[in-house]
Amino acid sequence: MSELLQLAQKILEQRVGSEHIEVFVSRSTENDVRAYQGDIEDLTTASSDGVGIRVLTDSASGARVGSAWAGSLDETAISEALREARDNVRFATEDEFVAFAQPDGVTAPQLNLTSPDVDSVSLDEKVALAIELERAVRDSDPRIRQVDSASYSDYAVAGAIASTTGIAATYARTMAYLSVEAIATNGEEDQSGWGLSAGRGPRDIDLDRARRDAVQRCTRMLGAIKPTTRKGIAVFDARATATLLSIIGGALSGEAVVRGRSFFAGRIGEMVASPRFTLIDDPTDPRHFAASPFDGEGLATRRNALIENGLLRGFVYDTVSGRRAGVASTGSAQRGGIAGSPSAGVRALQLQPGTLTQEEVFREIGDGFFIESLIGVHSGVNPISGDFSVGATGLLIRDGQLAEPIREVTVASSLQRMLLDVVAIGSDQEWLPGTAAGQTLAIDGISLSGS
Amino acid sequence: MTTATLIDQNLVEKVLTAATARGGDFAEIFVEDRQANSATLDQRRIEELTSGRERGAGIRVVIGETTGFAHTADLSERGLLKAAEAAAAVARSGGGGTKTVALESYRDNTTRATELPHDVDKARKVELMLLADDVARSQGSAISQVQVGLGDTSRRFLVANTDGVFAGDHQVRTRFNVQTVAVGDTGMQTGYRPVAATRGFEWMTPERISEAASKAAQQALTKLASRPAPSGDLPVVLAGGSGGILFHEACGHGLESDAILKQASVYAGMVGEKVASDLVTLIDDGTMVDEWGYLAIDDEGRPSARNVLIENGVLTDYMWDYMRARKEGRVSSGNGRRQTYAHLPMVRMTNTYLMAGTQTPEEIIASTSYGVYVAQLGGGQVNPTTGDFVFGMTEAYLIENGEITTPLRECNLIGNGPAVLKRVDAVANDFSTAPGTCGKDGQQVPVGTGQATMRLTGVTIGGTAA
Repeated sequence: MSELLQLAQKILEQRVGSEHIEVFVSRSTENDVRAYQGDIEDLTTASSDGVGIRVLTDSASGARVGSAWAGSLDETAISEALREARDNVRFATEDEFVAFAQPDGVTAPQLNLTSPDVDSVSLDEKVALAIELERAVRDSDPRIRQVDSASYSDYAVAGAIASTTGIAATYARTMAYLSVEAIATNGEEDQSGWGLSAGRGPRDIDLDRARRDAVQRCTRMLGAIKPTTRKGIAVFDARATATLLSIIGGALSGEAVVRGRSFFAGRIGEMVASPRFTLIDDPTDPRHFAASPFDGEGLATRRNALIENGLLRGFVYDTVSGRRAGVASTGSAQRGGIAGSPSAGVRALQLQPGTLTQEEVFREIGDGFFIESLIGVHSGVNPISGDFSVGATGLLIRDGQLAEPIREVTVASSLQRMLLDVVAIGSDQEWLPGTAAGQTLAIDGISLSGS
Repeated sequence: MTTATLIDQNLVEKVLTAATARGGDFAEIFVEDRQANSATLDQRRIEELTSGRERGAGIRVVIGETTGFAHTADLSERGLLKAAEAAAAVARSGGGGTKTVALESYRDNTTRATELPHDVDKARKVELMLLADDVARSQGSAISQVQVGLGDTSRRFLVANTDGVFAGDHQVRTRFNVQTVAVGDTGMQTGYRPVAATRGFEWMTPERISEAASKAAQQALTKLASRPAPSGDLPVVLAGGSGGILFHEACGHGLESDAILKQASVYAGMVGEKVASDLVTLIDDGTMVDEWGYLAIDDEGRPSARNVLIENGVLTDYMWDYMRARKEGRVSSGNGRRQTYAHLPMVRMTNTYLMAGTQTPEEIIASTSYGVYVAQLGGGQVNPTTGDFVFGMTEAYLIENGEITTPLRECNLIGNGPAVLKRVDAVANDFSTAPGTCGKDGQQVPVGTGQATMRLTGVTIGGTAA
């Protein structure tokens, strides 16, 4: 048994009377290097520990939960957190649906989500990667005027969740990233572009991939115009699609649904999207960087079909939102670190790939606009009403080919319409860090506001 | 309680000496003890109270232009020396000789707080949340949901460095948010209002909470009658206090010296030049007591200050932290901030605002024949290289023939910061501020923004109406 699980279970021994305790402990190490002008700008090495404790008391009229956390695993910090969590219980409103997860018999997938290289590759080699990335971007194109930041980062995290209701789960994960932001100039204006490559360890990342992305994105945006206002087909690239999918994923959370905060509420079994559109949440797929054997309550994760050929199949639930909806948890509790309490959410979305390459999608649609980045997403999308109005940069598509770069535009529609208006899905699925994988996605009926 | 007790002075000196033993030019230790409480009310239920505590130290070592950084939750001598050694690993040359550390006499600071949030009876916090729920629901039967969030933090820190800085601050912040949903024939609309101050819990009076709750409810109710916003280039009138975040994002970030020194800002090399309309005077001021971005000292121990960035349209200066100021041979402007001990400090804003003008808000609206009136801007984002920005309008109306008319559905505003600054053509006398959270390189810090009612041109409304 892992050391962290033992520690969590030891805290459970402090249970008093009929209360229930749930403990989440985590331990992580990280390295971050930023290179600038051939040298290290900063280098961070650190380790962090944390514990989150929830206490539940039950009575005839319902259960109550209180919680507390500490950024340390020392005994004093743990006792203080347990004391605070117990005190906080008293103030919660009794709720018949509140409960801790109980083992549900689903076996967790066997996933190897760690790379030994995070540990074995020396800090010097990691530093060298960041410096090499900076140099490579700078040397790529004479129009690159500056490399704002080129960094290597990695982390290794291990955690355990245990409860007096029988939960005992552990997980471990490593990640490594190379990312770079470059600025290109044509003498009159500057444009920036960002590139990334991610993997489980430093040997799984592709430096040239990050370089190419950053260089292409900033150089081809030079000379961007503000086009006239129009309506048409927007083609989202893999990164922009991933952003879009995570927004849609938010409205597929059972939590949002039971609280009446999703435009999908009450529409199970209806056609909510184009028949080409199949979206699943599958944390058991190890190719997805967000894969995980267990959810935030320590239940096994599973593959959940959300939208199949346009038909709304289901939502994702944690224990409490599931009880409110009268269904079982789908193993989809999310937890925002030690200070966060579980709540239902999608974790590892993927859109079923289509058959066309990006170039074929351009050819098929003829005219439209290619969207490379979305900005202002957190302010411009309302997951309750579905209103969608987001800033974008990209390029016009004319006669099936990329044409002038465009900036200072917004793309607007509603999420409901956009799902139904999907006209093509690319075959170019890309595994990205974050909630969703992405690929080329073409959507009709988009208003592009320019001048 | 004084922040001086966070760590023993002898240990501070020992750690700084160890951190520079391999030849660092500069070393700093930042020790923090942070307590946070939060609670949410949803559908009349108090869902969960959460309390947290985090203690630790961040140590940085600077050699040339390279920074080494390590942090630890282990505040024992062994833990701190280990972190000092890790931070010093960037000093590869080794053996630069021992630095003598002569610390100044300790400067302690504290936020005005008669009631520390952690000591406030939790039952009283719960009562205030229920009050907000009652007030919001009493505004109209169409209010179907009310969510209330309460969060407070008490952050005690001590910072010391090899230049002799030795100071601490106890920062207390209290915040209430009310979110509402109204349902009508046209679907669901939302409302939002925060109450936030760098103050003790005494700020959270029933009057302030009730006002926020009723405004959040009114906003959702009003929006039920909203129509799709127009799209295209239109004059925009920002209500006082509603849109300071636009200048924070679209101009403030470009005036941070890290972006300037990397030539990554449109404002690099522009000091003394006319960058805005004569009506624009932009200030960053950490000394505004009670405001959400108030600080006695920044996270590098430097006293906060009132820094004029743009005066009557002319760029006067940038904002500076220790590292950037050092490179330019000047002093920091008190803008070195960090989210927690586990983060490196960088140049950040405090309270950033545009100074008020002389017109009345009514005059500005009356002189706008067709445009958009923004009563509340939501979050936004800016591309620092181009200055292009995007902001959500969470409450907006059409202006027709000099009068505020129909409410508009939510949509984005986009524009270019430097261009918009030049096209501010009216500023009123009704200055007010708003709290916000600023994210940069993954670090979140509380900031204040402010402005009086004003009119901008050259902004695109990203609506869906034809």
